[in-house]
Amino acid sequence: MSGQFMTIDNIPVEIKDEKNILELVRKAGIELPTFCFYSELSVYGACRMCMVETNRGDMESACSTPPRDGMEIYTNTPRLRKYRKNILELLLANHCRDCTTCQQSGSCKLQELAKRFGINDVRFPNTAKVEELDESSVAIVRNKSKCILCGDCVRVCEEVQNVGAIDFVGRGSKMTVTTAFDEPIAHSNCVSCGQCAAVCPTGAIVVRSNTGKLWEDLNDKSKRVVVQIAPAVRVGLSDQLGEEDGRDAMGKMVAALRRMGFDKVFDTAVGADLTVIEETNEFVSKLKKNEKLPLFTSCCPAWVNYVENTYPELMKNVSSCKSPMEMFAAVLKENYKEDDRKLVSVAIMPCSAKKFEANRDEFKTDGVPDVDYVVTTQEFINMVTESGISFSKLEPEALDRPFQSSSGAGVIFGVTGGVTEAVIRKVLCDQSVPALRAFAFEGVRGMEGVKEATITALGREIKIAIVSGLKNADNVIKKIKTGEAHYDFIEVMACPGGCICGAGQPYAKAEEKAKRGARLYKADKMKSISRSDDNPLMDSLYSGILKNRVHDLLHVHYEHGEK
Amino acid sequence: MLLNRNDLINARNIYRKSFEKEEKKILICAGTGCVAGGSLDIYEEFIKLMKEKGINCEVKLEKEPHDETVGIKKSGCHGFCEMGPLIRIEPFGYLYIKVKPEDCAEILDKTIINGECVERLAYTKNGEVYKKQEEIPFYKKQTRLALEHCGQIDATSIEEYFALDGYSAFEKVLFDMDSDEVIKEIEESNLRGRGGGGFPAGRKWSQVKRQKEEVRYIVCNGDEGDPGAFMDRSLMEGDPHRILEGMMIAGIACGAQKGYIYVRAEYPLAVSRLSNAIEQAKNYGILGDNILGTDFSFDFQINKGAGAFVCGEGSALTASIEGKRGMPRVKPPRTVEQGLFGKPTVLNNVETFANVPIVIDKGAKWYRSIGPENSPGTKAFALTGNIENTGLIEVPMGTTLREVIFDIGGGIRDGKKFKAVQIGGPSGGCLTSEHLDLPLDFDSLKKAGAMIGSGGLVVMDEDTCMVEVARFFMNFTKNESCGKCVPCREGTKRMLEILEAIVAGNGKLEDIDMLLELADTISATALCGLGKTAPSPVVSTIKNFRDEYITHIVDKKCSSKTCQKLKTIFIEPSLCKGCSKCSKVCPVSAISGKIKEPFIIDKDKCIKCGACLETCPFKAIKED
Repeated sequence: MSGQFMTIDNIPVEIKDEKNILELVRKAGIELPTFCFYSELSVYGACRMCMVETNRGDMESACSTPPRDGMEIYTNTPRLRKYRKNILELLLANHCRDCTTCQQSGSCKLQELAKRFGINDVRFPNTAKVEELDESSVAIVRNKSKCILCGDCVRVCEEVQNVGAIDFVGRGSKMTVTTAFDEPIAHSNCVSCGQCAAVCPTGAIVVRSNTGKLWEDLNDKSKRVVVQIAPAVRVGLSDQLGEEDGRDAMGKMVAALRRMGFDKVFDTAVGADLTVIEETNEFVSKLKKNEKLPLFTSCCPAWVNYVENTYPELMKNVSSCKSPMEMFAAVLKENYKEDDRKLVSVAIMPCSAKKFEANRDEFKTDGVPDVDYVVTTQEFINMVTESGISFSKLEPEALDRPFQSSSGAGVIFGVTGGVTEAVIRKVLCDQSVPALRAFAFEGVRGMEGVKEATITALGREIKIAIVSGLKNADNVIKKIKTGEAHYDFIEVMACPGGCICGAGQPYAKAEEKAKRGARLYKADKMKSISRSDDNPLMDSLYSGILKNRVHDLLHVHYEHGEK
Repeated sequence: MLLNRNDLINARNIYRKSFEKEEKKILICAGTGCVAGGSLDIYEEFIKLMKEKGINCEVKLEKEPHDETVGIKKSGCHGFCEMGPLIRIEPFGYLYIKVKPEDCAEILDKTIINGECVERLAYTKNGEVYKKQEEIPFYKKQTRLALEHCGQIDATSIEEYFALDGYSAFEKVLFDMDSDEVIKEIEESNLRGRGGGGFPAGRKWSQVKRQKEEVRYIVCNGDEGDPGAFMDRSLMEGDPHRILEGMMIAGIACGAQKGYIYVRAEYPLAVSRLSNAIEQAKNYGILGDNILGTDFSFDFQINKGAGAFVCGEGSALTASIEGKRGMPRVKPPRTVEQGLFGKPTVLNNVETFANVPIVIDKGAKWYRSIGPENSPGTKAFALTGNIENTGLIEVPMGTTLREVIFDIGGGIRDGKKFKAVQIGGPSGGCLTSEHLDLPLDFDSLKKAGAMIGSGGLVVMDEDTCMVEVARFFMNFTKNESCGKCVPCREGTKRMLEILEAIVAGNGKLEDIDMLLELADTISATALCGLGKTAPSPVVSTIKNFRDEYITHIVDKKCSSKTCQKLKTIFIEPSLCKGCSKCSKVCPVSAISGKIKEPFIIDKDKCIKCGACLETCPFKAIKED
C-alpha cells in the first residue's frame, strides 16, 4: 500500500486508504467545493462542483473517483474555474436571492461558495420559485424555493434514519424534494429528528424557531419564565460563542440567561437523574419477571415516533418513563403551581424532536403543555448574539435552587451510551460493587452506531445494546425478531452519536462531534456525585412533590398513531 | 419438449423440411409501421379468400405440412417502410408495395395461382419495374445480417426460427465450446456495441466473467429512446428469438442464469412478441432448468419502461429494473463490476445481441471481413426525413453517407437539395455536404466530431431551419433530463431558453457565445451521457450553420421560412383593391388604409395569425 502516489497540482501526495480523490486532495491542503458530499452518506456525485482536471484534460468528479497510483490532477485550472462559476450561476439563477432576510444567511453553503468564487453576476433570468413554506411540522420548516436539489436530506432520511419521508419527485427542471403526494410533512412518517435540516446546505429545510415567542414572554412581567438546559447543549457552544475547546460553558450560559430575563435557570440533568431511577426500577422489575424484554429507552422522541410508525407492536417494550425534559417539567409545574405569576416553562435542547415532544397531547394537562416550548442550542446562540452579550466575557454563575443538584450520570445522557452507563451505575450499586471507575465501561462509550456490552448484575448476565441512528436501530430490531440476537436493555438515540449531534446543535464536522462527547465525560468527572440515586435532591423530591404521584407525574402512556 | 441435443437437431431438420416444402409463402410485414397501414387486414383478407377458393393455407408451420400449401405469415420488417404495407411472395421473391386489402384477390389469382407478377404493385422508378426485392435500388447496397430473418419468416413462430437454423449457435456454444472460447470468439470478431457507445462486446463480457461474485445478469437495453429510431423495435418485433439466443449465449459465456430485457413501454408489440417467444422457448425446453440435459439453466424477465429517455442509460436502466427512480449513478463502480442488484452485469443493446449468433455460427474471421478493421460487421439505420426512400436499412460498416442517402435512400424528395443529416439523434451532430464521402463507422465519425449513435439518420433538405432543429433536440433533452446533476438540469433549461428566444426573434449576438459556453460546461461536467451529449446538436449546427443563427438574431428572419414568429405578412400593393375586409378581421388592428387605396400592415403590431391572409378575396396578402 505504501509507495503509491498521486500528483496534485504538481505536488506528490501519498495514497493511504482514502476512498476518493476528495479526501486525498485535503492532504495536499486543498478543500474542493462540494454541496452533495457527506462522508456519512452514500456518494451522490450530483452537484459537479468537486471536478478536477487530469493532465490529459479529462474531468473527474473527486468525490466518486478512487485515487489511482500515478494519476496527475489539477484542482484550479482555467477550465475548472469557468465550470465552477457556471454551475454556481446556474444554481443561483433558480434560487431565491434574498439573502439578507434569510434565516440561513451566514451559514449557507451556496452563499459561501458564491462568495468564494467571486460570483458577481448571474447571466440568466431569475426563475426562482415563489416561496411556499411547509410549516405543518413543529420541528422543521421546508422552503422549496431555497432547495438546490443536492439530495443530502433525501439520503440522510433514507440511509441513516430508514424513514424516507422525503424523496425526489418529478423529472428534470421540474424535480423537487417532497413527501409522497406532496402532502404536508406532518402528515408523513417523518419522526422530527431534524437530520435533514442538519445536512441541508441552504435554508431549504431548517429547524423551526420559537425565539420570537420566547422574547415576548421574557418581557412580559406577568409571567415567570423558567428554563432547563439539556446536557448536550453545554458542550455544543464552543465554535460560535468564542469559547475555548473543552470548556464546560454551563456557568456562562446561566449568567447569559439571567441577563436575558429568565427567572430561574435549571439543568435537565436533574430530570435525567429521575429518569435513571425510574427506568432502572422498571428494568429491574421486568428482568425479575422476565417479561416484555428487551426494554427500550424512551427519552428520544424521534425514536418513540419511529416505533409508533414502524413497530407499533413494540410500544409495550418501550419504557413508560417520560424523558428527562418532561419529567423535570412536570416537577417544575408542581413546584410553581401556587405561584402568583403565570409559569412559562422553556427548555433549551440540542434537538428538533423535542419541539414535537413538548407539543404532544400526552404531555399536556388540561390543554396546557408541561413544557411550553423548546428552543435549540442554535436559537440560544442567536439570542445571545442578538442581545449583544459578549459570551466569553461573562462570569459563570450557579444554577437556581431548589433544583441545583445533579449527578454526572445525568450529564452524560447527551452522548450515545450515556443513558446506559447511567443506568448501569445504579443497577450495579444494587449489588454492592467495586469502585465504578474500575469497571470497563469502554464498551458503551464511543461514536459507533451499534455497541454491545454484557454486564453481570442482579445475579445474572445482562445483555445491552446501544444504538444511535434509526437505520441501525432497525437492523437491531430485525435481528431480534429473527432470533439472531437477544438483548435485555437497548438504548436508542435517533441522531448518530446521540444528542450532542442533534439537529438543534450548531453544524459540526465528524471530528468536532466526537469532541463534544469527550467534553461531556469530562464534565461528568467534575461532578462529585456520579450516581443518580446518590443525588440528595432525589430523596427530597420523592418524599415531597413526587409522594404518591410518581406514576402520574413521571410516567406516560402513549396514544398510538395520534400525532 | 426437447430433452437433448439430438432432439434439437431433429426439430430443426423437421421444420426446415416443412418450411422448404411450402409451395408458396406470403410474407406480410407485421411490424408496427405496416400494421398501422392496415397489413393485418390484408392478412385476414388473404385467409378469407384462400378459404373461399379452397386453397390450402397454413398460418402455422406444421411438422407435416400438406402438399401444395401456401404459408401465410406475419413477418418482421422488410425495411422499405416508405412503401408499406409490404408483402413478399416466395419462391418468386416479388415485393409488393403499398398493398391494400382490395389488392388481395388479384395477387391471389395472378401470383399465387398463376405465378405472375402484379406489376402495378411492384416498385417502379423512372419507368423501370423492379419485380424482385433484391433488384430494387433500395436493397442493392444493403447487407441484412442482424435483420436477415426479418421478412423471411413468421415473427411469431419458433418453428420457423428452427427452420432457418435458429438456436444452432446456442447449441454450438452449449455443447462444443467452453465459456472462455466463446468470449475469445466475440473478442476476436471485434463486435462493438451497437447502442452508440461502440464498446467492444467481448471485452465487456470478459470483464464480467472475471468478477469474483458468483451471481451475474445479462441485460438487454431495448429502451431505444432516440426520436425517430426504430431499429431495435423492428428487431424485437421481427426476430425475437434471435435476441433471446444472443443473450443466452452471453449467459453461458459469462456464467449468468437470468436475462432481463428492458423494453420501452411505447413498444407493446415488441413486448408481446418477446413474451411469446420466451413462452415458446420454455415449452420447447430451450429455456428453463438444465436445458437440453446440460447443467445450464436460464430464464428471462421482461421489464417495461415508463416513458423516460434517461432510462436508456445503463445505470438508470438497472435502477429502473430494481424499482428505483431512473437516475444514473456515478461510476465507479461500473455496471460490469456492480450492475443490476449490485451484481456483475452484461448490459448490451438489442442489435449487439442480434449479431452474436451469427458471429458464433460463421466465426470471428468471417465477421471481421465485413467492414473496416476497427469497426467490422454491419449496422442497422433508420433512414428518415426529407428522403425518397424512408425505412429500415442495414449496411456494412464503412458504407459512405453518400451511398446511404443517394443510392439507398434515393436522394432528396421533391427534387430539393441536400442540406444536412442528423446522425445520433439528440446526442449527435449534423453532417453536411462536405461529409458526404465519410465512411459510416465508429472511428471515422468520431474523428469528424460526430457519432453513429443508435443508428437514427434524419435527412434534411434546403428548407430545413437548422436553428429550429437545434431547438427541437434541446427541447427533447431538457424534458428528458433526470434532474440529478446541476449542469444538465439547469444548463439544458437555459440553453433551451436562449434557443427559444432566437427562434422568436428575441435573440442577441452574445447568445451564440453563451450557448457555446454553456455547451462546454455541460458536456464537460454532466454526470451521464445524456447531459454530456445534449449540447451536441447545438454545437454542431452553430459550427456548420452559424450564418443561419446570425440571420435569425440580426435580421430576425428565418431563411427557410420555418420559424413561425419570424414570418412577415405583407400586402402586395399592386393586388390590393383597398376593400378593407382584412382590417376588419385583424384582431390587433394592425392594418390601416383608405378605401380603394392599398392597405398596409403594421409589422410591429402584427401577431402573424394569418386571418387577413385567409380573408383577402384578391389573394393580395402574402407571407414572406
